[in-house]
Amino acid sequence: MTHITVTVDGVSYADDVEPRLLLVHYLREVLGKTGTPVGCDTSNCGACTVLLNGQSVKSCAVLAVQADGADVTTIEGLANGELHPVQRAFHAEHALQCGYCTPGMIMAAADLLRDNPDPTDAEIREGLEGNLCRCTGYENIVRAVKRAAQAGVRA
Amino acid sequence: MTATQQAPAAELGRARLRKEDARLITGQTNWTDNIRLPGMLQLAFARSPFAHARIRAVDLSAARGMPGVVAVFSGADFAAEQGSLPCAWPVTADIVIPAHPPMAVDEVRYVGEAVAVVVARDRYAAADAVAAIDVDYDPLPPVLDMRAALEPDSPKVHEAGNKCYEWVFGNGDIDAAFSGAPVVVERTYRQQRLIPCAMEPRSVVAQWVGDEVTLWSATQIPHVLRFALSAFFAIPEQNVRVIAPDVGGGFGSKLQVTAEEVLAVLIGRRVGKPVKWTESRTEGNLTVHHGRDQWQRIRIAADRDGRIRGLDVNLLADMGAYLMLVTPGIPLLGAFMYNAIYKMDAYAFRCTGVFTTKMPTDAYRGAGRPEATYAIERIMDELAAELGIEPLELRERNWIRHEEFPYTTIAGLTYDSGNYEAATARAKELFGYDELRAEQADRIARGDKVRLGIGISTFTEMCGLAPSRVLGSLSYGAGGWESASIRMLPTGKVEVVTGSSAHGQGHETAWSQIVADQLGVPFEDIRVLHGDTQVAPRGMDTYGSRSLAVGGMALVGACDKVVAKAKVIAAAMLEASADDLEFSAGRFSVRGDPEAGKTIQEVALATFAAHALPEGVEPSLDSDATYDPDNFSFPHGTHLCATEVDTETGFVAIRSYVAVDDVGVVVNPLIVEGQVHGGIAQGIAQALYEEGVYDDAGNLVTATLADYLVPSAADLPSYTTARTASPATNRLGVKGVGEAGTIASTPAVVNSIIDALRPLGVSDITMPCTPERVWRAIQDASATTGGAA
Repeated sequence: MTHITVTVDGVSYADDVEPRLLLVHYLREVLGKTGTPVGCDTSNCGACTVLLNGQSVKSCAVLAVQADGADVTTIEGLANGELHPVQRAFHAEHALQCGYCTPGMIMAAADLLRDNPDPTDAEIREGLEGNLCRCTGYENIVRAVKRAAQAGVRA
Repeated sequence: MTATQQAPAAELGRARLRKEDARLITGQTNWTDNIRLPGMLQLAFARSPFAHARIRAVDLSAARGMPGVVAVFSGADFAAEQGSLPCAWPVTADIVIPAHPPMAVDEVRYVGEAVAVVVARDRYAAADAVAAIDVDYDPLPPVLDMRAALEPDSPKVHEAGNKCYEWVFGNGDIDAAFSGAPVVVERTYRQQRLIPCAMEPRSVVAQWVGDEVTLWSATQIPHVLRFALSAFFAIPEQNVRVIAPDVGGGFGSKLQVTAEEVLAVLIGRRVGKPVKWTESRTEGNLTVHHGRDQWQRIRIAADRDGRIRGLDVNLLADMGAYLMLVTPGIPLLGAFMYNAIYKMDAYAFRCTGVFTTKMPTDAYRGAGRPEATYAIERIMDELAAELGIEPLELRERNWIRHEEFPYTTIAGLTYDSGNYEAATARAKELFGYDELRAEQADRIARGDKVRLGIGISTFTEMCGLAPSRVLGSLSYGAGGWESASIRMLPTGKVEVVTGSSAHGQGHETAWSQIVADQLGVPFEDIRVLHGDTQVAPRGMDTYGSRSLAVGGMALVGACDKVVAKAKVIAAAMLEASADDLEFSAGRFSVRGDPEAGKTIQEVALATFAAHALPEGVEPSLDSDATYDPDNFSFPHGTHLCATEVDTETGFVAIRSYVAVDDVGVVVNPLIVEGQVHGGIAQGIAQALYEEGVYDDAGNLVTATLADYLVPSAADLPSYTTARTASPATNRLGVKGVGEAGTIASTPAVVNSIIDALRPLGVSDITMPCTPERVWRAIQDASATTGGAA
């Protein structure tokens, strides 16, 4: 067991974990933060995307011990009193159906807009290449990210 | 509440934002894998690494001794109670339905078949113990090719042989249609095996309390599952509760009674603790039922002017190793659709179901209808080329004209409505059809290495599954009705209970809109409940684009009953005769005296108080209705796809995609558009990217999302969508939309690629049309014609 201290959605946690424990399993099964789902086992789908020290990562591809000392933001902590602009835009543009990819897609989109506040359609599509959705055909996801950009996601 | 309450705006047709979203965008969703019960144990399965093998011995001793392991079982440990997974669709009297134990006992017949299970404290301990299970296999020859499987010397999947059934259907004199036909075109198309890949992996939790069991499952069919657990696994129905919490997509793949669901129930009972199983994606690709996998031989006979005389279809359909819930019926759902929107004199259909040592196939978005649509729309282009007729012109010469509806097709279905002319005209306009044809000719003329292709798909589908009498005539094991209940709460709010079981379709929103209009209550005052057999005890669940066309009509029926009950009570409150009342926008008023009235909310409160109800009137407005459709519904549309095909690299880029769909009356255009987008994407995925591949030993080589190419946003184009509307003949005028895009888009894309390359001599490319296959097709054609690309 390895001792880690990690801040998740503004709360500090200290735990002893198996070195092989994935960050996503730490979030879901140790902390009960089930807002972040698991969609695959090869880091292809991106459903488990969270922000690690502000950068989007696939939390199935990070060990919990690697998050020692880090600050993690999940979909559960993205809203700050009111919905994040990307969350609002996903709702407004009907950018989700079953919603399973949505937490990861929103986190990846938030990170994309931090890097590039005014992306073209092609840049959005390339930027979200690591996040798979089976329901929407991505059309409304692209629209939602554009809407969030227009709303000024950095504000 | 006042008697002069403003009438709410009509909800039907409004682009309401979804009620479901609030929990989904904030991570508050209740996926099955989120469930944690006190004392809950985790299951993990040992699965066969062989496509076909006899099980000589299963040694569980090492696994049993590992830390955190509570129990380990093999198939033999459940042989007495695990029975056989059900097939509800014995399509012929002499169909072979092999025993299908949830956990293999003597023999395994596909890679991934469960042979043993660990019950442990957590998923890591369970996985460790699975690795310690030692199974001694005696490998048998795999059976991997449907056509070879029917040869007399083929190894057998089951003792009874590899032929599962043969199903024959037809109408008209097919020999007369073909003999003497000026033109006959014959093609063989391959419907590759697809893996559904709903984003949420399957997950199951089973909890026993006394002799009652609750099963949470990521399923599309909680009601069918409850029935199956009772009917086939001897658990009294009244003791079974099935809950489908939030479910992350299905596309048919969760229309199943799975080994893991049954085993979770049996193991939970055996160990006396709640148990959970959640698959990994690799397990999912291996063991969630697959889709398609057919060889289609199709022949079309026509006159010189393009008029179709007859159509002859001969299928080989890969069942995989066993028959699952509706495995054998899937290709037959296409039997009625090959003739599509076209008139003809004769039609013949034959399907042979074949066993192989692969994962069983079953419903996948469209289920039989995409296959049919692909074959007919591909061969229409081939016929057009043969005859030298413009492909849209050929379609128009043969399609049912709008003034001919209702029209009974050669396959015996009566299409109630449609307007193919209108949808096609709109699609051509949005697409810039004539301009693109001109550009195409120009590129050919100047020898552009990047060719432009235009693909057409004028499709229809049968959905709204299904009239129970039709299902009965096809030997299906259940009816096709749907159920709804309306509960009028004392404060005037409404609970809607539906037997449909949404997993992304937005029923909570759309059903609220329908009920808001029917009862005249605000959209916000309605809550829709579904997916729990204790809350919604009756239902046939969600698949086959049936929820709105069947379940929506059940809602209307239940609302009618609420209004009829409320009218009697309102009449008493207004001291008027019920016959003199009219109901509009949520308010009962006396004819000729619009000032005198009671809202349905006022009636609900008065009914709750029950102080002054008329003699013999029960103090409840709650009502149930069950709707059994008397026909299918027939959405249709015209999809046009423009691709640019690089003849040097084989790379295909979709330049524009126009979809004009006629789904009848639209409840929520936002949801309809979303369904069309996602459907198109899944159809494009079949055309360009996806294929479930087994190697020569029967290993699935596309077991992960690194190998099985579910397209990303970067792989897909933007879509232009529009609608025309020829309302269906049900009261709402609705048809259904869940599968339309998938059915339409695959042939549109492949037709466009072939259209681009036909001048080079290419007339077919096997899906998925990868750059390599496209490039090879160009090379082969070039070698054959001796011409340069």
